[in-house]
Amino acid sequence: MFYLSPFSRDLFAELDRLQRDLQQGFEFGPSIRGRARGFPALNVGGTSRSVEIYAFAPGLDPASIDVQIEKGVLTIAGERKPDDIPEKATLHIDERFAGRFRRVVSLPDDIDASAIEAKYRDGVLHVSVRRKEEAQPRRIAVQ
Amino acid sequence: MSEKAVANTAEAERRDTAMLPAVDVVEDAGGITLYADLPGVPKDKLALQVEGDTLTIEGEIALDLPEGMEASHAEIGLPRFRRQFTLSKELDTDKVSAEFRQGVLKLRIPKAEHAQPRRIEVKVA
Repeated sequence: MFYLSPFSRDLFAELDRLQRDLQQGFEFGPSIRGRARGFPALNVGGTSRSVEIYAFAPGLDPASIDVQIEKGVLTIAGERKPDDIPEKATLHIDERFAGRFRRVVSLPDDIDASAIEAKYRDGVLHVSVRRKEEAQPRRIAVQ
Repeated sequence: MSEKAVANTAEAERRDTAMLPAVDVVEDAGGITLYADLPGVPKDKLALQVEGDTLTIEGEIALDLPEGMEASHAEIGLPRFRRQFTLSKELDTDKVSAEFRQGVLKLRIPKAEHAQPRRIEVKVA
């Protein structure tokens, strides 16, 4: 388990991580894709006009990220290359994710699948999906 | 301590809690290379500090959130990363170099000259 880092002195952060990992063990219905905290970590939010997805996937080539939407399901996939480790080097700590990844988010019904924007900045992929025009709140004038 | 003071301390602690960034540490003959994942941290919000034998990496996340956004699911729940490492004496902290690209920090800390490996020849007696 990677929270048992011999280097860290930030005890509170370590305890926080420990607590989260423990909680995960007791969670009902763990994700079919294994750890609830996969790579990349996802934050999802919404406004009345859009659904916003943030994928924390540092160190990628933006062109290599595969973002797809099909039947209201958004898939973010790609591959993160391992570090260049020179010959005869020792790996002391190995926590960073490497390999292929895929994360899936079901989107609400009122989204417009043709109005999606994806940006990659500071290692975060931000996908913004607009909600359908007719689903947006409107003020109805009283005659 | 008054109740208000206690509340203030708790508030300060909450503001101070940070996530531990995932790191890789690789050592070769010439020094140590550290990679740290700090997604969402822009370059100007990254702080690196060496004080004595302690290296501190700290970064604040800045995302462009649309106005009025409400979070419905959050795996990154804190706006800050922080992690400290103790450096061993043979590392030359004056020659640390850093690169920061797309949320990945790469730190190179070379070993001091006197600590560079030398091959010692074994003679047959």
